[in-house]
Amino acid sequence: MNEPLVAIRGLTVAFNGVPALRGIDVDVGKGEAVGLVGESGSGKSVTWLAALGLLPATARVAGSVTLGGEELLGAAPARLDDVRGGRIAMIFQDPASALNPVHRIGKQITEALRLHRGLTGAAARAEAIRLLEQVGIPDPRRRIDIYPHEMSGGQNQRLMIAMALAGQPELLIADEPTTALDATIQAQILDLLRRLRAETGMALVLISHDLGVVADMCDRVGVMYAGRIVEEAAADDIFAHPAHPYTAGLLAALPDMDGPRRRLEAIPGFVPEPWAMPPGCAFAPRCDRATDACAAAMPAARDVTARHTATRHTAACLHPRVREFAL
Amino acid sequence: MLRFLAIRFGRAALTIVLVVTFAFVVLRLSGDPAITIMSPEAPPEALAAFRTAWGLDQPIWVQYLRYFGAIFQGELGQSMRDGRPALTLVIERIPATLALTLPAFAMKIALGIPAGVYAALHRNSLTDRLVMAGAVAGFTVPSFVLGLILVLVFAVKLGWLPSGGQESWRSAILPVITMGLGGAGVLARFTRSAMLEVLGQPFIRTASAKGVPWGQVVRGHALPNAAIPTITIVGFMVGSLIAGAVVVESVFSWPGVGRLLVVAVANRDLAVVQCILLLVASTMVVSNLTVDLLYGVLDPRLRGRTS
Ligand SMILES: Nc1ncnc2c1ncn2[C@@H]1O[C@H](COP(=O)(O)OP(=O)(O)OP(=O)(O)O)[C@@H](O)[C@H]1O
Ligand SMILES: [Mg+2]
Repeated sequence: MNEPLVAIRGLTVAFNGVPALRGIDVDVGKGEAVGLVGESGSGKSVTWLAALGLLPATARVAGSVTLGGEELLGAAPARLDDVRGGRIAMIFQDPASALNPVHRIGKQITEALRLHRGLTGAAARAEAIRLLEQVGIPDPRRRIDIYPHEMSGGQNQRLMIAMALAGQPELLIADEPTTALDATIQAQILDLLRRLRAETGMALVLISHDLGVVADMCDRVGVMYAGRIVEEAAADDIFAHPAHPYTAGLLAALPDMDGPRRRLEAIPGFVPEPWAMPPGCAFAPRCDRATDACAAAMPAARDVTARHTATRHTAACLHPRVREFAL
Repeated sequence: MLRFLAIRFGRAALTIVLVVTFAFVVLRLSGDPAITIMSPEAPPEALAAFRTAWGLDQPIWVQYLRYFGAIFQGELGQSMRDGRPALTLVIERIPATLALTLPAFAMKIALGIPAGVYAALHRNSLTDRLVMAGAVAGFTVPSFVLGLILVLVFAVKLGWLPSGGQESWRSAILPVITMGLGGAGVLARFTRSAMLEVLGQPFIRTASAKGVPWGQVVRGHALPNAAIPTITIVGFMVGSLIAGAVVVESVFSWPGVGRLLVVAVANRDLAVVQCILLLVASTMVVSNLTVDLLYGVLDPRLRGRTS
């Protein structure tokens, strides 16, 4: 990966003085699929909302987010409007509330077509129908004139994806796109995202609670804990050789698909509250490998890449043998 | 749709019957029209003759049935005070009332909605606080107090405007402002909270994530959704075009429907009171019905249920 498409560096976000992100570095290469996992509240959504300038004005955002080398943080609103839905599109967790209830399906898509591709009238309508077809909404010629509440949750998420595709984005950020959907629909939406990526070559950031889904869909995975990325590696690598004890804990909590059903091993303890972060490693209070050093200083990301792997593997852990875990 | 309308109309008719019955009971039990209209010193024979002439000597339930029977034949009765048809008396006063309430209504909309939208868009700013303080003052200060203050300042102190009466259009200015300010305050607060509610919805963030410029997000996405709850209060204001000026008409001695109502109640002039109440209830009901139909126009989620 030479020049990344999007590079996030030292991103911090605080709400009313309470830190939510405490220094995030993420790269997304052209056409790459990057997964972001972590418990609720770890800052997965805030990372990308901040990158696109979508947080409320009360949020204090600092650091750097570049798109093809161009800084997005603090960019002019008109510039951001071109990027959002144009070069970078985003879809959200609950499609029913993420769609405007008083706009017809067609209008939701043609609005993006007008803004990003200058299409209006019949041309926009034809393209909207094509997009609905592309995301697998049956009978698009009729559906284009109905309202979101007249479609199912799965179809609304397909509509969200069609809206996102309207601007022909280079990167799609999917923030838990299947959490609100039934299991079978979830699989269909993930299949759709996989197919669209193959068709369009766009990059994907998939935010999820589900390590399994992310490992399945993504080239690279970042694991977030309490506003930081604690481990990052190729998807296979992170599954086989988790270096950070938090990742190891997440994996242990996964149900075993092949073997006999066993009890989930939840990680004991709680995520520290954002206003009461320990000075050292935020995971130390829950960590069975923690030493005194962990409570003293915040661990920086260390390179733990094994010799035979191509993708960099980093872990923010002070444990002296963290490299061995990654082998 | 037809079923929906039928139910609505049925409910409306029931409302009107209840209102009219209520007024009948209260007015009949609270005083004797013969005495209030003829004066307590009138000779007993005259009082008795008055009672016979107006059917007041009948049992109350007979009076009530007669009264309803007449209404269904389109007969609203005569004023006991001057013998003219109650309806004529009321209709004569409507233009004067509308001359106040229509401009006041326009003022409420033109001031209240933009102020509420602006305050919501600049939440917690100084302007927001000022607008909201003004709005709270606008609807917590009773209109007779506001009216008296305006009279004191602009009529008595400055002598710019007349304090009452109906000599010229300038007499209407103070009563219109009195009503308009209060209503604008209510509407501003309501619009502001409706806007804030909508601006916090996920679909607003979706629109921004789509690259819709903020101005278009507000106009194209937020306003049409915020209009749905706001229309309720606007409909309520339409419903009070006839009856909403009782206090202000009294303060400014404006010869409208409201003043007629006050005088008729004082006289226990039942036919006139009933006629006004019927009119008021009908306007309210019609405006509520309009609001319901508008909901369907504004909110596609409600359309399926009514059609
Ligand atoms: N608008 C906001 N105002 C105040 N705090 C916020 C806001 N948005 C997010 N936060 C806080 O920032 C932190 C990170 O939230 P974020 O939504 O990024 O978590 P997440 O990892 O996406 O979790 P989930 O899996 O539940 O979506 C949380 O502590 C949350 O309470
Ligand atoms: Mg989230």
